Amino acid sequence: MQKVIQRPLEGAPVGSRKQEAKPKVIQRPLEVAPVGSRKQNRLAPYLFLLPALFFFLSFYYAPFLRTIFTSFAVTDATGNFKKMVGLKNFIMIFSRKDFPVILLNTLKFVPMIVIPALVLGLALAMFANRKIPRVSRLVETMFSLPMAIASASAALVWGLIYNPVIGIANYALQTNINWLADANFAMFSVALVTVWLQLGANFIFLLTGLRGVPEDIMESAMIDGANGWRKFFHITLPMISPTLFFVIFWNIMSSFQAFGQIRILTQGGPGIATRVLVYDIYLEAFMNYRFGSACAESLILFAMMLTIALIQFRFERKGVHYA
Amino acid sequence: MRNPKFNLKSVIGLLLGLMIIFPVLYALSISLMPESFIASYPPKVFPANPTLDNYVSAFRTAPITRFVLNSTVMALSIMSAQVLTSSLAAYAFVYFSFRGKKFIFLAILATMMIPGEAIIISNYLTVASAQLLDSFLGLFLPYGASAMGVFLMRQQFLTVPKEFKEAAIMDGCTDRRYFWTILMPVSMPAVSALAIYCFITTWNQYLWPLLITNSATMRTVQIGISMLSFADGLSYGTIMAGFVAILVPSILIFIVGQKRMIGGMMAGSVKG
Repeated sequence: MQKVIQRPLEGAPVGSRKQEAKPKVIQRPLEVAPVGSRKQNRLAPYLFLLPALFFFLSFYYAPFLRTIFTSFAVTDATGNFKKMVGLKNFIMIFSRKDFPVILLNTLKFVPMIVIPALVLGLALAMFANRKIPRVSRLVETMFSLPMAIASASAALVWGLIYNPVIGIANYALQTNINWLADANFAMFSVALVTVWLQLGANFIFLLTGLRGVPEDIMESAMIDGANGWRKFFHITLPMISPTLFFVIFWNIMSSFQAFGQIRILTQGGPGIATRVLVYDIYLEAFMNYRFGSACAESLILFAMMLTIALIQFRFERKGVHYA
Repeated sequence: MRNPKFNLKSVIGLLLGLMIIFPVLYALSISLMPESFIASYPPKVFPANPTLDNYVSAFRTAPITRFVLNSTVMALSIMSAQVLTSSLAAYAFVYFSFRGKKFIFLAILATMMIPGEAIIISNYLTVASAQLLDSFLGLFLPYGASAMGVFLMRQQFLTVPKEFKEAAIMDGCTDRRYFWTILMPVSMPAVSALAIYCFITTWNQYLWPLLITNSATMRTVQIGISMLSFADGLSYGTIMAGFVAILVPSILIFIVGQKRMIGGMMAGSVKG
């Protein structure tokens, strides 16, 4: 930055001179720098950016454009372009009989995860906020542990817990439920696993948020006679609203994309009871080899996520208080 | 300072903690039970006479060491690449003013809004047509850079006093030397936060390695282990032993690095 500043001093427009006059003293040694290196410096920032930009362009932007392109095309079974078909992929998707069910499943699945994961995460964080004597660190680690576990691994263990014959779930509850194969329970069972996976991260983020609330605010509220609930709704929640906003946003986005646990636990079944949009995209592309229609579906998913993100950011301006 | 005594709250905390990690403890316990014991009714929670047979059978049935090796190579290379590309890009954003700076920065952040599913099919087709299926390069390429990493490192570099660089430049230090010998060392907390987060995420990856690996020798831990569950006639004890085996590295890294990772991510994601 400094290099840009020193030269123009002689002929710089009046307006900019004011700010530039001050650093001049510190900058002196730079004037010795040869002209050649200055030219090189104009390129320097781009060189620093180059490696990252290579990956972003080749593996984010290019494929995203290709997905958009492919959604208007048909391909052969290996994904080679055959011909453009306009909106036909989209029309086909929306005329599929099971598609409304898949959309509905997706829209049910997301709040089934986000709401409990948020409430439980906040409850655990409030519990751990004031130090737990002796075992604080241990309890925090236990609460946050699911964060380190992969959805695929978690699904294996939960698959055993849910096993109708030898699983512990039926025994503990004294029930006889086929957790994963009964259409009434399958969605709930998969959602529970996902809540569990999300809980650890929510806990730790909200705990960090809570610990950032200045103590004196809480104390003065107590002196003013605010009771528990009032304190919670009028002080705690507004004070951690930036963290809450981030956690909600992140939970919604990741619930839309839940895949591993569904594939391992139910494969979208029974029937299509747990088939959400992401799983259907996977089936279309890698089981049916209809890449065009899979790409179209992934754009529908993108549109849904974008809409929700925009609504959320709109809400942020009203509901979130940045200190 | 008071020295708080172990009290009711500690007990409740521990009980809640045990409930939350129950699935992990359950898996560990099952992995130590003989097959007949697992299948007996009522379901047992504690192994009566623990055995390591399941581990022997897990390592014999599946090339678990190979899975672990594959995942380690993948995670370490993605981790190093992300730390490097993110730091270099962040350096440009913090220490230079240049044409298109704001636009490029927003364009990088915007990649966070693109869901994995919207690009994974195209990336698969690209990698497949480049004959990179079933290779480390194929596993690695789509994850060489991350917007979160760039953002995190940028937030970190912004907290380093500008005087550091001014002083270094006055002493005749080049950008490259300043970056390696001053900036990166003082940014270690953020670097390790990113590295730990990246390692665990990659270790836990499922969809991408599922799509692009075919042969048993290229499978990563998550794929290898979940294939155990689809295999016929394999006992739950064996599957749980495999689960525990691949969980150990990520849990260890998580427990050691947890504080650092959270601190770094919070600084990046919320305050920004």
